[in-house]
Amino acid sequence: MSTASLNIPLRRSAQRSTAEPALIRWTLVGVAVLFLALFLFLPLAAVFGQAFERGVGAYFAALRDPDAWSAIRLTLLTAGIVVPLNMVFGVAMAWAVAKFEFRGKSVLITLIDLPFAVSPVISGLIYVLLFGLQGWFGPWLLEHNIRIMYAVPAIVLATAFVTCPLVARELIPLMQAQGTEEEEAAVVLGARGWQTFFRVTLPNIKWGLLYGVILCNARAMGEFGAVSVVSGHIRGLTNTMTLHVEILYNEYNFVGAFAVASLLTFLALVTLGAKSLVGWKPGRRADKSSAEAAQDNPPAPPEAGVRAGTA
Amino acid sequence: MSIEARNITKTFGAFTALRDVTLEVRTGELVALLGPSGSGKTTLLRIIAGLEIPDCGSILFHGEDATDRRVQERRVGFVFQHYALFRHMTVFDNVAFGLRVMPRRIRPTRDEIRARVQKLLALVQLDFLANRYPSQLSGGQRQRVALARALAVEPKVLLLDEPFGALDAKVRQELRRWLRRLHEEINVTGVLVTHDQEEALEVADRVVVMNAGRIEQVGTPEEVFHHPATEFVMHFLGHVNVFHGRVEGDKAFFGALELEYPNGASTGSLAVRGFVRPHDLEIDLQPGETTLLEGTIAHLNAAGPQVKMELLTVMGEIIHVETTQERYRALNLARGQRVFVRPREIKVFLGNRSG
Repeated sequence: MSTASLNIPLRRSAQRSTAEPALIRWTLVGVAVLFLALFLFLPLAAVFGQAFERGVGAYFAALRDPDAWSAIRLTLLTAGIVVPLNMVFGVAMAWAVAKFEFRGKSVLITLIDLPFAVSPVISGLIYVLLFGLQGWFGPWLLEHNIRIMYAVPAIVLATAFVTCPLVARELIPLMQAQGTEEEEAAVVLGARGWQTFFRVTLPNIKWGLLYGVILCNARAMGEFGAVSVVSGHIRGLTNTMTLHVEILYNEYNFVGAFAVASLLTFLALVTLGAKSLVGWKPGRRADKSSAEAAQDNPPAPPEAGVRAGTA
Repeated sequence: MSIEARNITKTFGAFTALRDVTLEVRTGELVALLGPSGSGKTTLLRIIAGLEIPDCGSILFHGEDATDRRVQERRVGFVFQHYALFRHMTVFDNVAFGLRVMPRRIRPTRDEIRARVQKLLALVQLDFLANRYPSQLSGGQRQRVALARALAVEPKVLLLDEPFGALDAKVRQELRRWLRRLHEEINVTGVLVTHDQEEALEVADRVVVMNAGRIEQVGTPEEVFHHPATEFVMHFLGHVNVFHGRVEGDKAFFGALELEYPNGASTGSLAVRGFVRPHDLEIDLQPGETTLLEGTIAHLNAAGPQVKMELLTVMGEIIHVETTQERYRALNLARGQRVFVRPREIKVFLGNRSG
């Protein structure tokens, strides 16, 4: 009807009122670029520069080192376990919070953020307190010959704890905004619980979910503090990539340290690339909700990148 | 299939949405639940669908208790106010959804599903949009898709929750007539929730007027409009002027006007309120035997089938009058003119009784 004729003047006036003079615009852009160059691109370039300082041969030799290789495998294994785990948990959590009303919901929402609120080192210490030799379950575990601390289980647990809010945090606002009407429509049409979930709920959140999974993966691979406390730093056994970088660095093996660091950085960059691809796609499909959700958590991915680069 | 709600009560926390509501909807009938927001009409509809569980009372489908039946098993068609279309599916997939989620043993084949969906899309006149996504449709088109989707599973009961509430006036009117025709064509039992009295009166076979969790009146559109049972119904169905008067014996007095009131209070004098619709007031240039009051025309609007006027009485009150174009021209009415008002009918409510 008359919407077309209404839209044009509206858009024009919006342009006029928000547009700044060119000088201000370019100053702002310049400041932002300078900042990024100093604090992001320079370190990034330094990592790769250092890694290749002794040539490509030394670089690949450092990566082929058995300890380095074992660290890479451990990191991938940890991420491989933690990410699916948190994906299931995150969806379940967001589902419960967004679609149902129950007592203690606000307490639960606050609890989700706990891993973000406490320092990762303390997260690691929690597991020492629980499963360490002097811990609550330590003696019992020793008796039954179950190794959790200073072994793969503890690394997985600590990483899972630190990264568990990421998927849920991503999905809760999205699912809350979408409401329950579509699910109700599905149920009235005869769909059972799982049919409703797989045919209606999941397709509606898939971009947000993918985004959360990518963030979760970046954080899982880059995690240092919590893992450092629980891993025991056993070379070739319980060293993740981040820990291995630290050890090599402390031994003045700069090429080795930066080679592994560059690999970690590369993984982070791939993750960021995948993330922006996901963020870009829903925008084109006019699915604004994912894009809005994306704005919810902007500091996390750069942090993961910096962490990986400077470890 | 008939629907029966028996003694339904539903509370949400401290808020009582329905208080002991009993209602019967006969097979093939289209009933409108009409009331202001918060009157409990949507809650009643959702309880019938199984989307809400009543605190007490029971729902019967075709005489059988269905209170404990799950939503999926009730096989009702439900049309939501904001369409609730599956946004990631095409129009075709939306309509096919109910058929595709059926258990395998009763699910139609792919070809049958395609045929049925296409037939339904033709019925709602949207077959050319089968491959579009909901976001590419207008509001009216979306609501028609939602209706086709609800009808796909061949429900015996069709429940509509303010189906046209989010649409603009012209589309709403078209869809209203279209729904009326559709209902005659497919002959399902229908319950329509609306806060728009015009919609209820135009579409429904019977109207249920609700207020504050209770049913005020059930009747045909004519009955509720011309013979409102309570003051609330009188107020809710269109404009009304209120006059203060009293009842003594079998007579009612409004100012100088004396009326027969055969069912009046037998003893003493009772203060009452009389209700007159704007079109039940007649304008005269000279005072007559049945003149109620006099006033000046403060505002006059002749654009429309009826001429609408606001009269300012000597007491400083505003009353609304509607008269025909013929009478308006015959009396040569104009703003500022002094006129006399004569009621054709005054409704007086004593307790719950109308007179």
